[in-house]
Amino acid sequence: MLHLGVAEPMRDCEYSQISTRSSTPMETPFKKRTPKRRKWQAFPGRNKFYCDGRIMMARQTGVFYLTLVLILVTSGLFFSFDCPFLSVKLTPAIPVIGGVLFVFVLGTLFRTSFSDPGVLPRATPDEAADLEKQITNCSSSGYRPPPRTKEVVINGQTVKLKYCFTCKIFRPPRASHCSLCDNCVDRFDHHCPWVGNCVGKRNYRFFYLFILSLSFLTIFIFAFVITHVILRSHQEGFLSALKNSPASVLEVVVCFFSVWSIVGLSGFHTYLISSNQTTNEDIKGSWSSKRGKDNYNPYSYGNIFTNCCAALCGPLPPSLINRRGFVESDTSQPTPPTNGITMYGSTQSQSHMAAATPLMQTETVILTNEGSLPGRTSLGGPCSGALPLGGQPTPPTSNPNLSSDSDMLPLRKDHIDGLHHHHTDGGHHPFLTPEEAPSPPGMLPCGSPVGHSHTVQGFYNPASQDSLHEDSVRGLVKLSSV
Amino acid sequence: MATEFHNLQELRHSASLANKVFIQRDYSEGTTCRFQTKFPSELDSRIERTLFEDTVKTLNNYYAEAEKIGGQSYLEGCLACTTAYIIFLCMETRYEKVLKKIGRYIQEQNEKIYAPRGLLITDPIERGMRVIEISIYEDRASSGSSSGSSSTSGTSAR
Repeated sequence: MLHLGVAEPMRDCEYSQISTRSSTPMETPFKKRTPKRRKWQAFPGRNKFYCDGRIMMARQTGVFYLTLVLILVTSGLFFSFDCPFLSVKLTPAIPVIGGVLFVFVLGTLFRTSFSDPGVLPRATPDEAADLEKQITNCSSSGYRPPPRTKEVVINGQTVKLKYCFTCKIFRPPRASHCSLCDNCVDRFDHHCPWVGNCVGKRNYRFFYLFILSLSFLTIFIFAFVITHVILRSHQEGFLSALKNSPASVLEVVVCFFSVWSIVGLSGFHTYLISSNQTTNEDIKGSWSSKRGKDNYNPYSYGNIFTNCCAALCGPLPPSLINRRGFVESDTSQPTPPTNGITMYGSTQSQSHMAAATPLMQTETVILTNEGSLPGRTSLGGPCSGALPLGGQPTPPTSNPNLSSDSDMLPLRKDHIDGLHHHHTDGGHHPFLTPEEAPSPPGMLPCGSPVGHSHTVQGFYNPASQDSLHEDSVRGLVKLSSV
Repeated sequence: MATEFHNLQELRHSASLANKVFIQRDYSEGTTCRFQTKFPSELDSRIERTLFEDTVKTLNNYYAEAEKIGGQSYLEGCLACTTAYIIFLCMETRYEKVLKKIGRYIQEQNEKIYAPRGLLITDPIERGMRVIEISIYEDRASSGSSSGSSSTSGTSAR
């Protein structure tokens, strides 16, 4: 007999939650004793949040401000110095079109930079434990597949799903872990320092529209500044024209150097969209016919038009990480089956807390544990000049308890992040090649500017690295099941 | 059925969580959101196979509807682009509308079918659209041995 005595929980966020714990509406805080915390404050990844969780960016945002300054200054100079002359001499449509382009560029830039790229939330402790159980059960049987991978057949193509050690999930197809932001991102394209965020499923179209409109704006400004100088030099001579509008020189220089990379990037991404590939897949050559005669892209819709429409006008999936929701007071219902899981869960949340407050705790961890890292052999990347990081597997026996292992995780990532940061300071990188976090196939590619060639062969995980890591994780599982 | 619950309140008061079953995603048709309809062995004694499969199939249909690429989604996309996405401040996307429908459907299924059998479905959106989490409750009043046997039989069956 059904007795509908429960009031439907009111929705504070967009998603309803079946709450068996209380029948009070969700808007009243769960904890009455401690102040409410929003979920973004407890977010385990390495992101920065602004405006109470409405804005989400990567940790390093310096280059984003550079992008913003370049666009604002160049456009500002254009509108102040060149447009008055041109609108009188030629047509007032010029500043109007320029203005529209400028607003569009800024709008798409902000949308790309501030929105959630499609971050996959980390597994809950119960989920992680269930997966661990399945993995150890599978590999205890006779046939032993490569650990921590699952194979699925998608539209006739076999795709390997990798297990992410940080997020404790099997990554969906086309997802990848961004080591800079320390998140798994769905349909991960690349991490773009110029927009200060990852580019993934939810903001790819904004990114594409940004670089497309920026190409148009750059070409537009470039063309009309040149026109301005030419028209002026008809009147006054070339040198005095330059003297009278010095801003034009700066604009031409900026535009000239930007136009090649931006237009090139737009062209590249137009190709990617029309073939429905991500930068990640293109660089690895996942679907190229060179890999095999039967290799094709299972995600493509078959024709360019549909691929473009799907990428640009398809439905926009919602954010999965609910940044502005409230953290619940207790994490889950009492007593899951084995004791080990609660222990596991609590150390996980500790390590998440450590990652969420990036500065204080992990830096001290780096200082104390620094000595242990350089001794690791680098796990053979094909780059001869590879950064001496290796994949840094945790040694099998030196982690007697769980808490030291959870300390190691943020340590490794910060170490990688620190070195990677050095690497990007020097060069002009339109984008960084995507990388995998400490999981064994973690050969970090050297980020050459439009580095296509080097990562293809190196991405496969040799069995030796994997078994080392697998042993350490098996140790973990054994400890947690005590 | 071993346990009878009249509503979700009773579940809370008298039940303890025995186990959780996770229905994983089915990627055989690509990256669109689909869940496997394979019936997990832990639920064998708790619910009829057809009811479970109906629930999962209906959820799959909802997600397919949300992610469908067709006339309406193109229109919405183009309209949003031309208004510089400001329109989303006032309007809900189709995906969000369908997600709300899914939330209501899951609530209804829980109340009508799953809670009376001591089960609870968590909306996949709470778990990052990765799994459908079904919590299995045991009545505290009943003997502890039944919960022990169901979880061990579940693990040995794998």
